[in-house]
Amino acid sequence: MTIVALTSSSPRHRKLRGAALLPYLLSLPSLLVTVGIFIPFVTAAIYSLQRYNLAIPAARRFIWFGNYVAFLSDAQFWQMVAVSLAYAVLTVVIELLLGLGIALLLQRRSAVNNFMNVALILPLMVAPAIAALMWKLMTNPSFGILNYLLTLIGIHHFGWSSAPGSALATVVLVDVWVYTPFITILLLAGLRALPRQPFEAAEVDGVPGWFVFFRITLPMLLPYILTAVLFRMLDSIQQFDIIYAMTQGGPGDRLMVFQVQAYLQAFTFTNIGRSAAILMVLWAITFALSNLFINRWLALRARARALA
Amino acid sequence: MSPFRLLRPFLLLLVGLFFLFPIFWVVLMSFMTDQAIFSSPPSLFFKPTLQNYAALISGHLETGTGTLDVDYMRNLGNSLLLAAGSVIVSLLLGVPAAYAFARFKFRLGENIAFTLLSFRFAPPLLVLLPLQIYFQDLGLYDTYGGLIWVYQLITLPLILWIVRGYFEDASEDIEAAYRLDGHSWFKTFWRIAIPLARPGIAAAALLAFIFAWNNFIFALILGSSAVQPVTVGALAFITASGIHYGQIAAALVLSILPTLVLALYTQRYLVEGLSLGAVKG
Repeated sequence: MTIVALTSSSPRHRKLRGAALLPYLLSLPSLLVTVGIFIPFVTAAIYSLQRYNLAIPAARRFIWFGNYVAFLSDAQFWQMVAVSLAYAVLTVVIELLLGLGIALLLQRRSAVNNFMNVALILPLMVAPAIAALMWKLMTNPSFGILNYLLTLIGIHHFGWSSAPGSALATVVLVDVWVYTPFITILLLAGLRALPRQPFEAAEVDGVPGWFVFFRITLPMLLPYILTAVLFRMLDSIQQFDIIYAMTQGGPGDRLMVFQVQAYLQAFTFTNIGRSAAILMVLWAITFALSNLFINRWLALRARARALA
Repeated sequence: MSPFRLLRPFLLLLVGLFFLFPIFWVVLMSFMTDQAIFSSPPSLFFKPTLQNYAALISGHLETGTGTLDVDYMRNLGNSLLLAAGSVIVSLLLGVPAAYAFARFKFRLGENIAFTLLSFRFAPPLLVLLPLQIYFQDLGLYDTYGGLIWVYQLITLPLILWIVRGYFEDASEDIEAAYRLDGHSWFKTFWRIAIPLARPGIAAAALLAFIFAWNNFIFALILGSSAVQPVTVGALAFITASGIHYGQIAAALVLSILPTLVLALYTQRYLVEGLSLGAVKG
């Protein structure tokens, strides 16, 4: 009796096991290729615990959290945190307000709006580093078109990215130019996916437009807004391309955000230990943000799949 | 409502100007001589010249102090090779994985999928800093292969998550029926699943291409000018002294033209791709 049961279940069991292995086999190559990237990550974590300067290799040794402890009393570090936060918050807030406004403007489908939709994609497809160079030409002191426009309203010799007072505003402007369309097209897709009934009911009842916006549109759009904001926040706190291409962190240390500072520490000052410690702090921030984002994103993705 | 109605065309014009004017202006500049660029006030009526592009293509740039040899065409070729190579590798690796994640509920599956996704959000320098040292030991520094490998951090998550969505949307019934006819698993995947997901795969590939093309930091750190793409090459251009501004503008135009054209093609899938499938376009 037992033997019969065993022999009859055995082939099915084998088949099941074969099928169970298949997904692993299919996803293994992807994993292997990216696992290679895990090793440097661990290495970076170890570097961050060392005194490690390529210029003085003999002095290399473990100092545990020495690099991190040094940050606490390091004005340069806190300046970097402040600039990075200012950049991230400014870009995300401006892009959200502008992006939402434009999405509402383009909500109804029409020939003009469809054209604008396509036009908005273009800045988003320009490499951020190239966008920074484009704006650098536009703000060039001797022929930049923006300087010319400023002289028309009586402002002469505006410093743009080379003046300490306006450097942050200038790189934020470039970021806004590149990434506002991202928020717009995401929110536009969100707006168009909203159910119609609440709006029709509100129109029948003669509810004023501002009330509809704050009590119906905004709450229903909130999941899309949160996803967009977290996504942008994640990118913005790590911004490198725009700032590096435009000013390399200057003037002075006015635009020394996390990754620019870490880049200069490692590749100009050969201070690998300090650079790695800066990057680990940044990683901790992005890890927390990305966990929040992924939860949001999963909920939205499930909804998008259900709607489709 | 009516003041807003009146304001609306004006606002649209403002939005259009802000987002399109920089591209328009740089394109104009690329057809100007330095004399026209420096003319004040700036004028739309100038005699267009192709000499900026001609100089870039020939690689010999006339500057105030003599001829400068800049092989910008090589940067363009590098961009093409790196972006296309990365996308092809990502497709080979990512499409089967995407199918596995969509069709099979398997232990570790979601974990693997999220590990791959999480790379999208980690600071790139964190990985690049040790890699720069490793790559020199491994002989991968300054090679296309090394860069294409690292570019997987950008292209693979994108392709994996978008294509996964398309596989999930496609009905399993057709595949099941085909399998009942006695066809192997691989044949079902190749003949049924992939053709059904083809629009998604194509869109994901084009988007991944655009993102790889636009990358800046990887090649800045892991390669010299021999393998560097246009994004890094253009920066060297603008910091070198004596290069005509029209030539810089032409270089920028050449670097953005391919992605802009591709973007117009993929615009329908763009929302979905940018949000990794969180929002349908």
